Amino acid sequence: MSLITYRQALNDALRSEMLRDEDVFLIGEEIGQFEGSYKITAGLLAEFGPKRVRDTPIAEEGFTGAATGAAMVGLRPVVEIMTINFSLLALDQIVNHAAKIYGMFGGQARVPMVIRTPGGGGQQLGATHSQNIELFYAFVPGMKVVAPSSPADAKALMLAAIRDDDPVLVLENLSLYNTKGEVPDEDVPGEIGRAKVTREGSDITVVAYSRMAAVALEIAGKLAESDGIDVEVVDLRSLRPLDRDTVIASVKKTNCAVVLEDDWLTYGIGAEIAATISDGAFDWLDAPVRRVAMAEVPLPYAKPLETAALPSADDAITAVRETLDATARRR
Amino acid sequence: MSSPEQWTHPEPGVGPAATAAAPTAEQVIAGLRATSEGGPELVQLLTPEGERVPNPEWDRYVADITADDLRGLYRDMVLTRRIDREGNALQRQGQLGIWVPLLGQEAAQIGAGRALKPQDMAFPSYREHGVAWCKDVAPSDLLGIFRGTDHGSWDPIAKRFHLYTIVIGNQVLNAAGYAMGQRFEGKVGDDDGEATMVFFGDGATSQGDVHEGFVWASVYDAPLVFFCQNNQWAISEPTERQSRLPLYQRARGYGFPGIRVDGNDVLATLAVSRWALSECRHGNGPVLIEAFTYRMDAHTTTDDPSRYRLTDELEAWKLKDPIERVRVHLVRHEQADKEFFDSVQAESDQLAAELREFCVNMPDPPKERIFSQVYEDGNPVLAAQRDTYLSYASGFEGGDH
Repeated sequence: MSLITYRQALNDALRSEMLRDEDVFLIGEEIGQFEGSYKITAGLLAEFGPKRVRDTPIAEEGFTGAATGAAMVGLRPVVEIMTINFSLLALDQIVNHAAKIYGMFGGQARVPMVIRTPGGGGQQLGATHSQNIELFYAFVPGMKVVAPSSPADAKALMLAAIRDDDPVLVLENLSLYNTKGEVPDEDVPGEIGRAKVTREGSDITVVAYSRMAAVALEIAGKLAESDGIDVEVVDLRSLRPLDRDTVIASVKKTNCAVVLEDDWLTYGIGAEIAATISDGAFDWLDAPVRRVAMAEVPLPYAKPLETAALPSADDAITAVRETLDATARRR
Repeated sequence: MSSPEQWTHPEPGVGPAATAAAPTAEQVIAGLRATSEGGPELVQLLTPEGERVPNPEWDRYVADITADDLRGLYRDMVLTRRIDREGNALQRQGQLGIWVPLLGQEAAQIGAGRALKPQDMAFPSYREHGVAWCKDVAPSDLLGIFRGTDHGSWDPIAKRFHLYTIVIGNQVLNAAGYAMGQRFEGKVGDDDGEATMVFFGDGATSQGDVHEGFVWASVYDAPLVFFCQNNQWAISEPTERQSRLPLYQRARGYGFPGIRVDGNDVLATLAVSRWALSECRHGNGPVLIEAFTYRMDAHTTTDDPSRYRLTDELEAWKLKDPIERVRVHLVRHEQADKEFFDSVQAESDQLAAELREFCVNMPDPPKERIFSQVYEDGNPVLAAQRDTYLSYASGFEGGDH
């Protein structure tokens, strides 16, 4: 085990896979000479050369489409889209091509492609550069979407994504890049489609993914101290396939749940989790499922407004307390 | 290696860095020198040394420019540069969240901006502080965007200057639509006709939006001048990563004229822009202008160009400074004296002081504005969210939050 950043964990996973499999190559804007806008590809051009670390024209649909084609003939492209916001320019290639090819052509070709891209606000990058639109991809059959919240998961899920034979979008997060955690030195791929109970508890289930899964752990610790509330945290880790069983099992144990999400509330990931709980654990619920999400506005650029619009640890704490109050069993 | 077409077909071991597998320092420098020449197609009226080059084709478009006008262009460029440097400094002092420098591109922007007539519409990207200046947008109005206190506080219709567009190439399609509207409404056809000018960079030319903008504007004969400031760098990627051939030549494939002008030459840029706008207002648009220039500073204040380009290149371009050549020309022809230069300097100091004063005293926006400035009339869901949030936030009043 080593204590490394989320950024380093991703870099390690990319490097390991490039060493292990010559078919793995990287493609995207600014990833070579500049080593990526967020330095995830640092050192890789120097080590592997421009054949395997391709700087591209500023054309997202172009390089995503090219990678899809390369994947169809057996290469394993790892596409960097500078932020998930720019993936909108490649939406047609991702949704109508990469995600469809295996199913629509009777399995004649697979698309073992990874799209790695950070989402998230909080960096004062403005409304068009701060979105959480992973839902767009998690919505599409034929896609897989993983959203690691810790350095260990970042490495494990990146390894798994590269070795997977379907298109996988790896959702990174701008505010997680510098977070540190223990990461196994050996390469052990994670399991795509498996959530993880990152903290066991008995009073309430908090379901989250990506940045909010880290926030969930943080508030669980605080609430244990301040209120004596024993929070169970379910980190989804994978948005498609979605591990409904782990969520349902947890709610059957705690009898209430709060979902934390960085996206917009209406039609968001939290709505799907609430529906999942309603389907699988309705009779176990002591209170309605609460969702904590971003204000439904284009994210402001001004720091105070941006902070106000994003879901915070305080928002989550309030939601947990109020949900427990609603169960009428809070001490 | 004089022809730009050759730049992307280097012999092994020679040619620019962008096309070499693992470029040597010599290759990088050689490649950069080649790109800085601009090629024989470059329209230039004022050399970097300030010499006026006669040009029978283009002189007539600036025949009316008097010494007084030239001093005006000089003043425009100096003040624009000062606004830019002040914005950069304010960002470094934490007064602005980000700044997008235009250093080195003053002539391209003032030449184009001064060619626009009052009825002409302009669509900027996010670097067009010089065009904003020409369109009478107060420099202080630019600061709110970069400080995050507003979304651009000028009226784009009144100023005929659209709000800044951050998404790369987006505004090209908007401008195509706007110009199509000018055409459909019969606003083109004579000297008083309208035209639109859209600003974008070399990197944006790889975007689908720009391609589609070219297609739409051409098949609808839209009065649109595509003004591409080729500043050689799309963050870290050189122009060779966007195109095999000089960008202006792309126009031919879409069926309209393209021209490459020395973007560091304000006179040539003015001439070419006047011609292009005139073509458009008379119904002969669109036109593509490639203003060949150089981004002397970073892409934005979040960028560090020393990671990917050499100082040799910067030094070479310093010799082509857009302001210095006009200054030298004015002095050599005794069209400006010390008093004039001192007065521009004093005016620039005054403007900078006012900008600083304005910036540091800008109030924080009220929290309700996240909700109130999204929809004109609001909606019940948003109103409920606003009320909940404001009552929640009021609980922290007087505290540290």
